Amino acid sequence: MILFHADNIVKNFSNHRALDHVTIKVPENSIYGLLGPNGAGKTTLIRIINQITAPDEGTLTYMNRPMTREDIYSIGYLPEERGLYKKMKVGEQALYLAQLKGLSRHDALKQLKHWFEKFGIGSWWNKKVEELSKGMQQKIQFIVTVIHEPKLLIFDEPFTGFDPINTQQLKKEILSLRQKGATIIFSTHDMGSVEELCNHITLINESRTLLEGPIGEVRERYSENEYELRFDGDVNLLTATLNSRFQILEHKKENNESVVRIQMTNNGSPNDALYALLEAGKIISFNKITPRMNDIFIKVVSEYREKNRKNVTAEAENNK
Amino acid sequence: MSKTGLIIRREYLTRVRKKSFIILTLLTPVFMAAMFVIPVLIMTSKGQETKRIAVVEQQGHFFKGKIHSTQYLKFDYLENVRLDSLKKHFDELGYYAILYISPKVGYIPSAVQLISHKQPSIEVVTYISETLKKEIERQKLLAYNIKDLDKILKSVETDIRLKTIIINAAGEEKETSTGIAMALAYISGLLIYMLTFMFGAMVMRGVIEEKTNRIVEVLISSVKPFQLMMGKIIGIALVGLTQFVLWIALTLVLVTATTGVVMHKSKGNSPIQVPTSLFSGNTDQGLQTNKANTKVIGQEELSQAERMLNALKAVNWGLIVGAFILFFLGGYLLYASLFAAVGSAVDNETDTQQFMLPITIPLILALFIAMGTFQNPESQLAFWGSLIPFTSPVVMMARLPFGVPAWQLIVSIVLLFITFIGTTWIAAKIYRTGILMYGKKPTWKEMWKWIRFRNY
Repeated sequence: MILFHADNIVKNFSNHRALDHVTIKVPENSIYGLLGPNGAGKTTLIRIINQITAPDEGTLTYMNRPMTREDIYSIGYLPEERGLYKKMKVGEQALYLAQLKGLSRHDALKQLKHWFEKFGIGSWWNKKVEELSKGMQQKIQFIVTVIHEPKLLIFDEPFTGFDPINTQQLKKEILSLRQKGATIIFSTHDMGSVEELCNHITLINESRTLLEGPIGEVRERYSENEYELRFDGDVNLLTATLNSRFQILEHKKENNESVVRIQMTNNGSPNDALYALLEAGKIISFNKITPRMNDIFIKVVSEYREKNRKNVTAEAENNK
Repeated sequence: MSKTGLIIRREYLTRVRKKSFIILTLLTPVFMAAMFVIPVLIMTSKGQETKRIAVVEQQGHFFKGKIHSTQYLKFDYLENVRLDSLKKHFDELGYYAILYISPKVGYIPSAVQLISHKQPSIEVVTYISETLKKEIERQKLLAYNIKDLDKILKSVETDIRLKTIIINAAGEEKETSTGIAMALAYISGLLIYMLTFMFGAMVMRGVIEEKTNRIVEVLISSVKPFQLMMGKIIGIALVGLTQFVLWIALTLVLVTATTGVVMHKSKGNSPIQVPTSLFSGNTDQGLQTNKANTKVIGQEELSQAERMLNALKAVNWGLIVGAFILFFLGGYLLYASLFAAVGSAVDNETDTQQFMLPITIPLILALFIAMGTFQNPESQLAFWGSLIPFTSPVVMMARLPFGVPAWQLIVSIVLLFITFIGTTWIAAKIYRTGILMYGKKPTWKEMWKWIRFRNY
């Protein structure tokens, strides 16, 4: 089931178009990654989902009906630009924000206690926010975003400012939120976390969707039939054995092991490659290389830019 | 609790708990009470240190016993003393001053000297010169050999104290004091001006704080921008009212407590003189007091304290305080929403100046009109100023103690609250766009566009 659907969203600002017919469909109980370079329009889209700004064109559907302002209050939103009242005490502030989300004082206290214990930050309760570091403040912000157990969670760049340990903890929490039934949309530049967390992705660049789909599918789409082979033996031997069906892209020696990256040409099957390798030496591992999201990101975006640049030059030529 | 209620509660509590709020709330009544009590203290404390003044005449003793000692001035008439030796032994003799009179004093005004270590007070100087003047005038008159001169002089002596009485439609009369009306008008007008500015700016700083802290986006996903703005405005209005009520209560307590103590101490010494100089700017205060002490108070004449009390009683306090609260609220709400709009449009406080101008100009104008009102409460300027909503809170409060027809009061209040709704509506439109705009300072044109946006 599609929990949230933004259809053909267009948003214009005074001198540029921030979103140009962008569509996203977020399946229920998935983690949906919103990727794209800086200034692509991710935050604008998130703000439109949160009804902070209205789209010029397009519709928003939430749980199979048009989305209303009231729906926002059942969403948990962690903005990219987030802050807290500096002079207020941590506990008091968390309680206030939780109550604004619609929790009763009693429930808010109970939930906060649970989360503060979970994060091991119970001793911060009576500290002023200005005494906390940025990362510590972000933990508080994360807690108040998820405290009312919303069905839909939206995180805009949730990992910026966290150290690796806290990032890991946050990832764990996001995954467990999903396990409990939440649907999560998050935007990020951190492609590693996309691979770890996301089920679906959309890549937005210069206000348009470039890439969309379940993450496995996307990676498969960009896979180029490459395999990595580790074996104990001589590479030169291998060159002879592998015939024209394989191409050696790269080879190197690591701890007396040969590491070779091969690409299958034509319709070769990996089994053929393995056959050929059996004689080359002791096989340690044989892996299919799925492209990293990072590489896909860079590839797709630079291809788009290249194409655009050509179009612009062509247009300029035509105008001459 | 509703979300707006939660916001109001937070805005109120965080401010009321601040040290600066507590200090200001406690110190202001001390200052206010000091304004009332210190002049009283000064007057009554004079009795405790009597100043001795030596009177020396160059020739003869024309003035012997003519300058009466008062409660705190004692005149010693010294004969056969040379001024030089007196000056030499000035410290040992313990005199406050030496009054040296030359016989030429009858035709040379400056032929009399008061010699002392410290600058003598204006009271002492006026008392001596007034008495000498009277005495010399009497001596000169004596030279004409008029029969029964003393009697004649006694019978022509007059004193005027203008009683002002307000008569209402029902024919009831009330003794009033122009001084008190002025003071009330001045204090309440100025107070509204100051409070509007103070709490309006507090709203603005609050909005800027939320914007620069970037907490506003978190909040906006839980509440509507309008709720956020109104919660802040109402919360701070309550802070203002709390402070105002505490000021009034604490000032009253302090004034009654301290005057009680002073009264008790000075019992039997002299009647308490309520310091009218505070209100009316009457510089002859000291002299009048002295006169009152040296004269027998007639049956007809009320003491100044009693007159003051009567005049204070005649003030319609219910009306003044009620109107004050209404006009403070109306004026504050009107301006606070504009202050909130300005706060939302900028990223930091230094950028506010340009947008503050249209807010501060009508407020300052109101203060100027109010100043004119003290001179002429019936003027056209005061009339219009007290009806136009942007100036009416300050000007109407300045007019009120002089008497304002009920219909004008009602029209003024109604207009004020209608305008408040209008400005809040406009401000809310600027606010909801402004709080999420960062970077460039908006132009007037852009703000106008925000007001006209249908889409937010």
